[in-house]
Amino acid sequence: MGLNWFLLALPFIILTAAYLFASHMRLADNPDDKLLPPVSKMVQAIKQYAWTGDRTNGEQLMVQDTLSSLRRLVIGVGSAAIFGLLAGLNIGLFPGFKALGNSFVKFLSIIPPLAILPILFIVFGVGEVGKVMLIFLGTVFLIARDITLTVESFPREQTIKALTLGASGTQTAYQIILPQVMPRLINTVRLSLGPAWLFLIASEAIASTDGLGYRIFLVRRYLSMDLIIPLVFWITFLGFSMDLLLRKFAERKYPWYVKSGG
Amino acid sequence: MNGSNNSMCVKAGGLEEKNILHIQDVYKIYGNKVVLDNVDLSVARGEFCTVVGPSGCGKSTLLRLILGQERPTKGGLFIDGCPAESAGRDRGIVYQKYSLFPHLTVLENVLLGKKLCAGIVERFRKHKTFEEEAMHFLEKVQLREHYKKYPHELSGGMQQRVAIAQAVIMNPSILLMDEPFGALDPGTRESMQVFILEIWEKTKMTIFFVTHDLEEACYLGTRIVALSQFYSDGRKNNGNKGAKIVADYPLPRKATSTMVKAQASFGELIQKIRQEGFDPKHLQHVTEFNLKHDDSFQTLTPEEAQR
Ligand SMILES: Nc1ncnc2c1ncn2[C@@H]1O[C@H](COP(=O)(O)OP(=O)(O)OP(=O)(O)O)[C@@H](O)[C@H]1O
Ligand SMILES: [Mg+2]
Repeated sequence: MGLNWFLLALPFIILTAAYLFASHMRLADNPDDKLLPPVSKMVQAIKQYAWTGDRTNGEQLMVQDTLSSLRRLVIGVGSAAIFGLLAGLNIGLFPGFKALGNSFVKFLSIIPPLAILPILFIVFGVGEVGKVMLIFLGTVFLIARDITLTVESFPREQTIKALTLGASGTQTAYQIILPQVMPRLINTVRLSLGPAWLFLIASEAIASTDGLGYRIFLVRRYLSMDLIIPLVFWITFLGFSMDLLLRKFAERKYPWYVKSGG
Repeated sequence: MNGSNNSMCVKAGGLEEKNILHIQDVYKIYGNKVVLDNVDLSVARGEFCTVVGPSGCGKSTLLRLILGQERPTKGGLFIDGCPAESAGRDRGIVYQKYSLFPHLTVLENVLLGKKLCAGIVERFRKHKTFEEEAMHFLEKVQLREHYKKYPHELSGGMQQRVAIAQAVIMNPSILLMDEPFGALDPGTRESMQVFILEIWEKTKMTIFFVTHDLEEACYLGTRIVALSQFYSDGRKNNGNKGAKIVADYPLPRKATSTMVKAQASFGELIQKIRQEGFDPKHLQHVTEFNLKHDDSFQTLTPEEAQR
């Protein structure tokens, strides 16, 4: 147990030590070096960013950026999860939907979302809708594909069993299959969060007036590594927390899932 | 679903109307592989009909046709005189596995059919009644105290008992079982055999029970049917022929004690059916099958009947 924890922490310790050492060496050469700022400078930069706020309107920038980014992320991924679930469920269960949608979804899932970003900005404008649409389009097809495959992998015996218990086709889909797909959906959403952050930061970098991605690319102009590095950690922390939250939620809500071999 | 479609139902006064299950001239062909080859079977109400046969002879296929999970290539299957089309609540099913829904607790699994068949209002109004009924069935299968558990928390035998309760609570016209005890250890298996007989005696339900275990089939059934591709007939192209019912015996209904398995007559019958159904070298001609049960019948084509 102790050894495990040590091994777990070891890469982090080495990385931190290497950074501190390199930073120290560079600063000894040139006290004004901006590339590897000391920890004290980073703390100062993040303090100012978090508490001092914007000079012009007095808002707390860090809170505002974080909320804006999270809102885009949640709306984008959330709507992708809902659409992906419904599309995947129906394509997986009903031959008609399958004929209609399966190849189309497969085709759409191959389009690189960033390549259509300009189209999105032209069609939906550079406001919130364009950014949310990018996240939505970037994740929805993979979620739909995954749900389709999950539904198709259910034994046919289950559907037949439901019919013998008096279920209709719709009841089977929404009362028998859907609840069993939910934990899988949560896992898929967890995996989609990585790409979703990518699309979020990309779209914020290109056209935005707030958000964590916007902030990073803004301060890049001043080579402000002292703020960029903490921001990267903050984003990583947010991503990690969301993942953990979803995992814990799934474990609590669907205790049968892991144990029955899902 | 099928039961309501009365215009399609058979009206003639033959076996097909009298009996709960009637199968006539049924063929099932996958690609160019004939699996079921002109199968005829009629099963009376209240019968415990067991089906045996060599592995891969088409027992499960026949069961799937009755269930409505698949359609026959040719021929007719009737439940209560109505064509057995897509699966519905007139037929209950217990598989070897996948019978229970992993996301529902034991109680919810048993309750499910009752809920699905009720309207939304009724579902709330009768919630208590349904739950009491489900608990009553759980009591019957001796799982009352496990009602809150999920299927993965139960042993194989317990899971199958829940699956039986889940199907029986719907009071189906016929209960289909495909090797329900196939995955259980011998001890559990024997107690499950006693258990299913008790259920059958209490409910007087018609049961169609597929197994590859001859001893189990003879012990449980009131009628045993052997399905097999090992027979001879008058057809010229004998390379691709499917299974037929090659033996059909009534069984005496005795006490539910497992002691009967040790009796001599019990062993003799098993030996006889083993030879008739399972021995690839013992090829009886189609006209000489031991179809001893009163309800058994045969619709041979003239070509088949040739010597
Ligand atoms: N969907 C299918 N497509 C093609 N062939 C099939 C299909 N289902 C079954 N078969 C074939 O039909 C034959 C009978 O299969 P079935 O499962 O009914 O046998 P069984 O008597 O239940 O065997 P077992 O005792 O092993 O369960 C087998 O040879 C099998 O390969
Ligand atoms: Mg089988």
